[in-house]
Amino acid sequence: MNLTLRIWRQRTADASGGSGSMVTYEVTGISPDMSFLEMLDHLNEELILRGEEPVAFDHDCREGICGACGMVINGQAHGPERTTTCQLHMRHFDDGDVVDVEPWRAGAFPVVKDLVVDRSAFDRIIGAGGYVSVPTGSAPDAHATPVPKPVADLAFEHAECIGCGACVAACPNGSAMLFTSAKVVHLNVLPQGAPERESRVLGMVGAMDAEGFGGCTNTGECAVACPKGIPLSAIGRMNREYLRAATRPR
Amino acid sequence: MALATTRRAPASSFIGSVWRSTVGKKAVMAVTGLIMLAYLVAHMLGNLKVFFGAGEFNHYGQWIRTIGEPFLHHEWFLWIARVGLTVSVGLHGVAAYQLSRRDLAARPAKYVRKRARASYATRTMRWGGVILGLFIVWHILDLTTLTVNPNAQEGHPYENLVASFGRWYVDVFYIAAMLALGLHIRHGFWSAAQTLGANSPRRDRAFKIVANALAALLTCGFIAIPIGVMTGVVS
Amino acid sequence: MSEYLQYGTGGPVSDTKAPGGPIAERWDRRRFEAKLVNPANRRKHTVIVVGTGLAGGAAGATLAEQGYHVVQFCYQDSPRRAHSIAAQGGINAAKNYRNDGDSVHRLFYDTVKGGDFRARESNVHRLAQISVEIIDQCVAQGVPFAREYGGLLDTRSFGGVQVSRTFYARGQTGQQLLLGAYQALSRQIDAGAVEMHARTEMLDLIVVDGRARGIVARDLITGRIDTYVADAVVLASGGYGNVFYLSTNAKNSNATAIWRAHRRGAYFANPCFTQIHPTCIPRSGDHQSKLTLMSESLRNDGRIWVPRAQGDTRPPAEIPEDERDYYLERIYPSFGNLVPRDIASRAAKNVCDEGRGVGPGGQGVYLDFADAIRRMGRKAVEAKYGNLFEMYERITAEDPYEVPMRIYPAIHYTMGGLWVDYDLQTTVPGLFAIGEANFSDHGANRLGASALMQGLADGYFVLPSTINDYLARHPHDDVPGDHPAVTEAVNGVSDRLRRLLENDGDRTPDSFHRELGELLWDECGMARTESGLRKALGRIPEIREEFWRRITVPGSGQELNQSLEKANRIVDYLELAELMCLDALHRAESCGGHFREESQTPDGEAARRDEEFGYVAAWEFTGTGTAPVLHKEDLHFEYVHPTQRSYA
Repeated sequence: MNLTLRIWRQRTADASGGSGSMVTYEVTGISPDMSFLEMLDHLNEELILRGEEPVAFDHDCREGICGACGMVINGQAHGPERTTTCQLHMRHFDDGDVVDVEPWRAGAFPVVKDLVVDRSAFDRIIGAGGYVSVPTGSAPDAHATPVPKPVADLAFEHAECIGCGACVAACPNGSAMLFTSAKVVHLNVLPQGAPERESRVLGMVGAMDAEGFGGCTNTGECAVACPKGIPLSAIGRMNREYLRAATRPR
Repeated sequence: MALATTRRAPASSFIGSVWRSTVGKKAVMAVTGLIMLAYLVAHMLGNLKVFFGAGEFNHYGQWIRTIGEPFLHHEWFLWIARVGLTVSVGLHGVAAYQLSRRDLAARPAKYVRKRARASYATRTMRWGGVILGLFIVWHILDLTTLTVNPNAQEGHPYENLVASFGRWYVDVFYIAAMLALGLHIRHGFWSAAQTLGANSPRRDRAFKIVANALAALLTCGFIAIPIGVMTGVVS
Repeated sequence: MSEYLQYGTGGPVSDTKAPGGPIAERWDRRRFEAKLVNPANRRKHTVIVVGTGLAGGAAGATLAEQGYHVVQFCYQDSPRRAHSIAAQGGINAAKNYRNDGDSVHRLFYDTVKGGDFRARESNVHRLAQISVEIIDQCVAQGVPFAREYGGLLDTRSFGGVQVSRTFYARGQTGQQLLLGAYQALSRQIDAGAVEMHARTEMLDLIVVDGRARGIVARDLITGRIDTYVADAVVLASGGYGNVFYLSTNAKNSNATAIWRAHRRGAYFANPCFTQIHPTCIPRSGDHQSKLTLMSESLRNDGRIWVPRAQGDTRPPAEIPEDERDYYLERIYPSFGNLVPRDIASRAAKNVCDEGRGVGPGGQGVYLDFADAIRRMGRKAVEAKYGNLFEMYERITAEDPYEVPMRIYPAIHYTMGGLWVDYDLQTTVPGLFAIGEANFSDHGANRLGASALMQGLADGYFVLPSTINDYLARHPHDDVPGDHPAVTEAVNGVSDRLRRLLENDGDRTPDSFHRELGELLWDECGMARTESGLRKALGRIPEIREEFWRRITVPGSGQELNQSLEKANRIVDYLELAELMCLDALHRAESCGGHFREESQTPDGEAARRDEEFGYVAAWEFTGTGTAPVLHKEDLHFEYVHPTQRSYA
């Protein structure tokens, strides 16, 4: 099949996004079995042979778990299916479609080049408390603290976050609440995370705000875009944790 | 080895961690919103007295001034309520303004193509809120201070009300504002539950039902009055 | 060609660090004998760690906790994206929580035997000992392992062992363990103890006076080439499976760090030991960019078959029962569909070579659940394999409940790597290799759920203990920025990149990578022959020559340039592939993942030749295209005595 792609091309980093533009490419000979990224590979091979610069985009594992890939396709983060861009296949498009491809848009995720953005803000949020302080070798036996299965399952459900940033890209406010809350809930519900429960949520929300992400207006766009199905209720749980921590005497 | 990891200290004061964070500021909006919502329910129920005639409605208007007596002085309850509501509106508005500015700044470059999946109520919170703010100003000038009321008879709320709703454009504005209110509450109530951490997957449906019910009840209850005036049921 | 094949044999290489005595006491003894660095002096020592996967992430966090100044690198935009994240199955540990007869010694025994007796006993025993502590550490970090209703950890059995010792977190064990290490690392980054350089790729090793003293790295965003000096360098950059182009590795996983280290003097051990996983989703066409693995557990209930007749293109439902060949059940009646990975993989290749493969290009076999659905009911199949079926359907658009799955083997792990001693130090003093980057503890074949165990054992426990000894013995002194060794390394990197950018060619980097990958897959993949390997060894220098003549790389070096990154990695693959083929050619025996058709039993099974090849082949680099030197490390088995495997 053949498609018309309109792709955001931007040579250098520029916060305002003013230096880039949408460029149109006609892509022919697309197999429905190609993933979206393989379709871009196919385009890039042609661009290189034509002496043009290929489209830069982040990707790595291409099996939906590393969280590296991500682009807004026809106005939707990761495109029309609820999955990562690498697991989106071209059979979900029709011959002759016009497809718009844009980078994640958020002040906290400046565009580096074309479809590549800088998501290091996420790492700094984790660094502000998204861990359990347990130096190597100091752990008690794994069975010392039983964890009820429902609690372990709840923690797992939130630990599945791959840090792709689709939540931020989809949120009209560029908010990182779903990402931050997934990690807060994962660790705060477990007994192992309990001793740092308050400092974790205060630190991570503080870092999130400091990075310039927007606030949550409970639109739910994030949870709809999340390829791993992190539930919107994570945000409610984090709010509770935050208010609990903020109102506790210290 | 005790190698302390130096962490940036989280905001140390209560005010710092509430007002200075996006999560805390949203909680302020949620609490003040719920205060206003509680007031609106009482206000709407009281307003419906208009259908029982001028005597009962005007008497109700007088009674409000006597609540709390003799413990409170005349009209003190009313003023306490007014101050409470003004503070709520103020905090709600300032927080909304500050958060909105932050939210807009968080997405400096817009998408060329964006398909929003959120509901209409969700997407109209900001402009709906502004409309409601303007409405409140006009509403107070019209029926509290009587500055723009065509009747403007102090102590005669029934007659003032009928006179005000005798103008079609006032009815249109009022009804539009009440529809905006309904949308605002529909998202706002559920949103407040989420913001205050009261929501959970199990309670989510219940909160949405209550939000819809409150929105419908308040909108219908308030709209009934201009319609009553327009249809001559109230005159 | 002929010149490269005339490799010489150098002096033997041996591990001088593992103490003697009873095997169970060796690790304790080594830790006691190793010199320590005073805690107050540790911050004066800088350690470079390249890679942030399970091994690198764990090592960086632990070294920083101990007080060292750690400078860490990853090519990804965040340390959380290292490819350890994609491991599905689980992690082994000799906890014996099931009371089913497991023990440290049994895990040690299973691993040595599973590795087809090509691993070092001391190392493997240490791995089994440490496995227990890893689980404790990860649970304390908040890794959400699967649990029973009583709140205790659940385990399952895995890959041909008789005990249930595999801990797991649904199908995402690697992800959860990696996030645990990443979180520990993030804490140290935030504290300033780790200086993290994401999107920065190591392009050369700096060796001063015979010791590893730093690296040359390129900032992938700005293109700037910088040098970083340190007292020791740790490579945790993963395996080299991507040399095959199509593998289950991440697209950007590469061999540059270890290959550059090899060029600087680190011996490369057993490069031909690569593992092939039998249950991957077959390629759907020439556009295929990588392969996706599906859990081996599918073979518990699925039946593998191909049509009896060659070139039978009927849809599977129209092929009657008596025209199907359930070849694994036919050839291996007692193990059937559950034969080990290497055997299942080779059998699939054989039937496809006979022209009986199914799907596009005839490169696939059916994995059929119709019987299982009839026997257990669709609901039970769904509960057991639902997520895998979903993944398969997403990729292929075929419903495996209705149509049999198609599977084909794919490269997914490399047992070979940089040669290391018991301390995980390479032959370049001060250069350590951990995780999949070293030649490791898996011998010629890795057991399922053992990669995560080894990565974390190396990163959390082994390296942080053994590196002390090196640092304590070598007082740190400064390396001036204009030291000739530094200048030479930087110039070498810059020249190579410039050459790639300036070449006025007509072929893309990917086209070369694909060509090389196909050649290797055909001649140095599942089954290897002397003639095939000789053919590959003849062809590789030709591809290399054509590469430098015809490569075209657009853009400049002063910006994010993904084509340049690719091309630069291919330069190293083109040399590594040659060594892999040579190693495979010289090892005229079959063992583990290395199957030489000339060396098989009468019934077609791998025949090991312990007398001649009971050693680790550690290769010394002498120059591009010139014959390397072989150093042998003889393997001695005091505790587990070599036996021949049989599954018929």
